[in-house]
Amino acid sequence: MGETILRVLMRTAALVVPVVLSAQPAPGGDATKGKDLFLKYSCYACHGFSGQNGPGARLVPMKMTAAGFVAYVRLPRTRQMPSFSAKVLSDEQLTDIHAYIKTLPESRPAKDIPALNQFKEQ
Amino acid sequence: MAKSPKNSVGRRGFLKHAAAGAAALAATPGLGTAQQAAPPPRGAPGPSGAQLAREAGVARPAATALVEHPGSDFMVDVLRALGLEYVAANPGSTFESLHESIINYGDNKMPEFLTCTHEESAVALCHGYAKIEGKPMMALIHGDIGLQHASMAIYNAYVDRVPVYMVVGNHVDGAERTSGVQSMHSGNDLGALVRDYTKWDDQPYSLGAFAESAVRAYKIATAPPRGPVLLVAHHEVQSHAMTGPAPRIPKLVMTAPPAGDSAAVAEAAGLLVNAERPLIVGERAVRSAEGLQLMVDLAETLQAPFNSQERMNFPTHHPLSGNGGTGYQPDVMLGLEVADLSNQTRAAHARGAKVIAISAMGLALKSNLQEFGHYAEVDLDIGADAEATLPYLIEACKKLITADRRRLIDERGRKLAEAHRQVRLANVEAAAYGWDSSPVSLARIAGELWPLVKDEDWSFVSPQAFAGNWPNRLWKMDKPYQYIGGQGAGGMGYGAPASVGAALANRKYGRLSINIQTDGDLNYAPGVLWTAAHHRIPLLSIMHNNRGYHQEVMFIEQMCSVHNRGADRAHIGTKLWDPNIDYTLMAKAYGLYAEGPISDPQQLAPALKRAIERVKNGEPALVDVVTQPR
Repeated sequence: MGETILRVLMRTAALVVPVVLSAQPAPGGDATKGKDLFLKYSCYACHGFSGQNGPGARLVPMKMTAAGFVAYVRLPRTRQMPSFSAKVLSDEQLTDIHAYIKTLPESRPAKDIPALNQFKEQ
Repeated sequence: MAKSPKNSVGRRGFLKHAAAGAAALAATPGLGTAQQAAPPPRGAPGPSGAQLAREAGVARPAATALVEHPGSDFMVDVLRALGLEYVAANPGSTFESLHESIINYGDNKMPEFLTCTHEESAVALCHGYAKIEGKPMMALIHGDIGLQHASMAIYNAYVDRVPVYMVVGNHVDGAERTSGVQSMHSGNDLGALVRDYTKWDDQPYSLGAFAESAVRAYKIATAPPRGPVLLVAHHEVQSHAMTGPAPRIPKLVMTAPPAGDSAAVAEAAGLLVNAERPLIVGERAVRSAEGLQLMVDLAETLQAPFNSQERMNFPTHHPLSGNGGTGYQPDVMLGLEVADLSNQTRAAHARGAKVIAISAMGLALKSNLQEFGHYAEVDLDIGADAEATLPYLIEACKKLITADRRRLIDERGRKLAEAHRQVRLANVEAAAYGWDSSPVSLARIAGELWPLVKDEDWSFVSPQAFAGNWPNRLWKMDKPYQYIGGQGAGGMGYGAPASVGAALANRKYGRLSINIQTDGDLNYAPGVLWTAAHHRIPLLSIMHNNRGYHQEVMFIEQMCSVHNRGADRAHIGTKLWDPNIDYTLMAKAYGLYAEGPISDPQQLAPALKRAIERVKNGEPALVDVVTQPR
């Protein structure tokens, strides 16, 4: 039990994901800290480690501004999305999460995935 | 707390020592005889020397008298007459006579004994079997303890309206049973333990009564609304010698399912034919291949979209499959064997729409566990089996459709076909999300599997809600056995054993059975993997290994939010990590071919291909895939 939960999560998320945590943190936030927070606060639970799998909204590509993202997380427009108050996550922390999500790679379109084209032809 | 090795006596050591004591006891002339003559002691004195010796395997049970023709032989004749192919059981002394009769008198054929490592697995195995085969399989259960183990699986089958044939052993005669285990495992009314969620139970006290009850139980289990039934086989009836000729086994005459009242059916047809935007919703509507064709016939007659829920009620790629697309607001909705129409009815009435229900479920409700949900104020309630009613409904609809109406209906059908096509294309686009991510997306599992199985006669035998419903969203399904639905009552621990049971039924047809196996579900009773290996039941299991009870992760996260506290501790009590469970090792330990864990999506297809080859050769195989949470 020597491993912290965050380390367990980091190990899971870092298996093969081409997570682009470049040396250039996204403007307005620290993506490295954001990744820790994304995992620690279970954002992955509904949005996937990829940010685009699961019952939650597709976060990638992130189209919100950092300010819009913070505002949305404070007061989500769906009942499924839990709200996170400033007591739980500060604006700065949410901005870091926003910066991390912006580093997550977009998926190839279905037309570029041969295994998916078969389903269009059925 | 650490145990003192000095004072601790392990079970094996205990039995070894006790057996030695029992042997010494047996060697003392007179003493054993005197003890046998004494009245049975009160209380719970613990196992006797003879019992311990028997358990330790150093002495055969003392046979005081030979029984040439035990009642349990006749019970086997009855079970065979009912066509019960298999009996799934975890062994137990309350049915030892019947067990012996099945394997020796019955030559372990019709029924054939399947060794299970948990009674819940035995019943869930029957649940999965019945969903494929359309008829019950038998679970043999040991007394009150086995029945309590089995109870969750019984409840799942009850809510799922699936017939399961259960026989539970019991020592009913207080004068004949011993104190201790036999008393602890017996009861005066074992059926009471599960009566709230069985369709019928009985405890016959003679072989003649057993034969009659056994046939009646089969009839009741298979008549819609179908459900699990329970017979108590008293040890005394099983093990005593038959005297005189064997009782007659009554002829099984199946009950024709109830079809809807003709006036009500005509009224329903009028509402449906004159609707502008009808919608059909089917939940547990299809019982057979003929039933599936009837659903298609009705939808095509009306050119109405068919929203199939829970199990395979409608071909996934039929142009009328779905809910009509965005903006399609039904003005008449027909629910076929839908357990709870209350929400849909409220919504329908709010926009002035009408709701028709055809269902046999309301014909046999119990009081205690209210799985039927809220009362639905439907506009027309036809208490009948949907599949049996559809021929009449289709005929009534056809009679009402005029040429003008036909043109309007056909025009609606063209729009619905396009809406269906758009939904399918959107599903394909959505499947691309996270396609290259690690852990592996659920859509990728379905996408990689399809080319490997599509030319086989395949059967998807596990629930898929936790797998994002991707098989349903992508695969072309047009046979009832290609998707058999979920747990029934949502009780976890169903998936693995029900998949094995379904694969058992599929085996004789040479079908490839596919199970996307959630990790939380498997950990309830993973020993069923051994049952699959031991009995050579071919089944492909792909672990949806998200390392947790993921639904609960999300629920706890929600609750953290409601309580204005951080979700950084939502993993406590919900995750299955630290250490991660190695399902490859687990499966190998149970005798399966297995590989993984696979986190790199590039490795997925080759692993699946290798595993499928093993399954096609007649054995179960498991591929452990570390997955996105959902």
